[in-house]
Amino acid sequence: MSPLSPLRRPRVGIVALQGDVREHQAILESLGAEVALLRMPADVKGVEALVLPGGESTTMSLLLQSSGLDEELARMVDDRLPMLGTCAGMILLAREVLDGRPDQRCFGAIDVSVRRNAFGRQLDSFEAELSVRHMGAPMHAVFIRAPVVERAGPGVDVMATVDLPGDVARSVPVVCMEGHVIVASFHPELAADGRLHELLLSKVEGD
Amino acid sequence: MTYEDGRSTGTARVKRGLAEMLRGGVIMDVVNAEQAKLAEDAGAVAVMALERVPADIRRDGGVARMSDPALIEGIQEAVTVPVMAKARIGHFAEAQILESLRVDYIDESEVLTPADEAHHIDKWAFQVPFVCGATNLGEALRRISEGAAMIRSKGEAGTGNVVEAVRHLRSIVGDIRKVTTADSAERFRWAKQLQAPIELVEEVAATGKLPVPLFCAGGLATPADASLVMQLGAEAVFVGSGIFKSSDPARRATAIVEATAHFDDPEILAKVSKGLGEAMPGSEISSLEVKLAERGW
Repeated sequence: MSPLSPLRRPRVGIVALQGDVREHQAILESLGAEVALLRMPADVKGVEALVLPGGESTTMSLLLQSSGLDEELARMVDDRLPMLGTCAGMILLAREVLDGRPDQRCFGAIDVSVRRNAFGRQLDSFEAELSVRHMGAPMHAVFIRAPVVERAGPGVDVMATVDLPGDVARSVPVVCMEGHVIVASFHPELAADGRLHELLLSKVEGD
Repeated sequence: MTYEDGRSTGTARVKRGLAEMLRGGVIMDVVNAEQAKLAEDAGAVAVMALERVPADIRRDGGVARMSDPALIEGIQEAVTVPVMAKARIGHFAEAQILESLRVDYIDESEVLTPADEAHHIDKWAFQVPFVCGATNLGEALRRISEGAAMIRSKGEAGTGNVVEAVRHLRSIVGDIRKVTTADSAERFRWAKQLQAPIELVEEVAATGKLPVPLFCAGGLATPADASLVMQLGAEAVFVGSGIFKSSDPARRATAIVEATAHFDDPEILAKVSKGLGEAMPGSEISSLEVKLAERGW
């Protein structure tokens, strides 16, 4: 992937209401992007791409509503802004949350149905090397109380899967892309791996 | 633990990773499933299951211990956010029980009566992550050297008085700043003075932060308290008695969540602080018979 032109610094918003915002910010800045931390609707001005970080999706969902950022996020989904969501961010960007709270809002940016805490509790959180399509060398993937994709729509590129332990082990998607939207169950930002962020930025440049 | 398929669980990165996900959030003390639901509805990032909130432990006296496992399971069934629980300082058997209950974090807590006067739990021996209290940088680094994956200020729990939390936070953050400007010879002296491993002192000096997230606990009662400690460098807050000992727990819980997320926006802080009703009745630190922060070393 080609490095960004020094003259072109895309403005990337990170939803900064809760979660591991700092790690995403560090990666985006190292890739040459200008970062806007989004806490209130006025903060979204000029944003060309969006990152939804890891954290607690129920908390973020409530804070999105109370701040009014939810309407901005819905508009950015309609405007087809490039977006990357990790863990809680993936839950918020999904079309459907299978076991979410009734008041939990999903923004339907990508045609997937997700299940929260699919591996179990924190004791089942893990790290592993994961092969991800289009990414070259395996990514070091840190899964923290991670969600998985239970259903991916026909237009969705499933970039990586893992085996979900259970009575009958089955393979489920954990990295998906549909057009301009990328979601991951794990936290590339915790391993300081910027390749999915680079992919996000390449979609801005493609405009 | 590493499995045949290459997965590793219970690693330092996985343990600290959950703490990273809680940053910017509020962890609320709850004593039953009903309170846990209220906390989750208000936007808590996690709940801490315990038998009595610190204000009641303080009032009732006696030995405070790990909660009844049935109570913890009831709370685990009621909410989808992470559930933490407290073990007594040094009481590794309580910690083993909590791990078998699959709680998401164990708080080796001075709020409970210590079980060992010389030893904290060897937290590396567990798959489940631990949070520990600290009053200063040395104590924080000793707990991290024992395997803690998150540090919180001790503050003075159950008082509704934020002054001790502020003291501890300022001490930790202030000493981190000093360590970062120390030269290599001075760092050895810092290690000696802090009674902490030189490797951890070197890591603090290089990064300007603790190797694990630093949260604040002990005496927070208002949205403004949450804002204060976040501005002083806390990465998230624990609220114990401050919510369920107030006159309107649901509103206060929501307000503290908002205040923690928007900690540097005074207009939002003013808005969420309006008409919350009575905060918990507070205590002067000088009037206390037992200072919980003095437990642990």
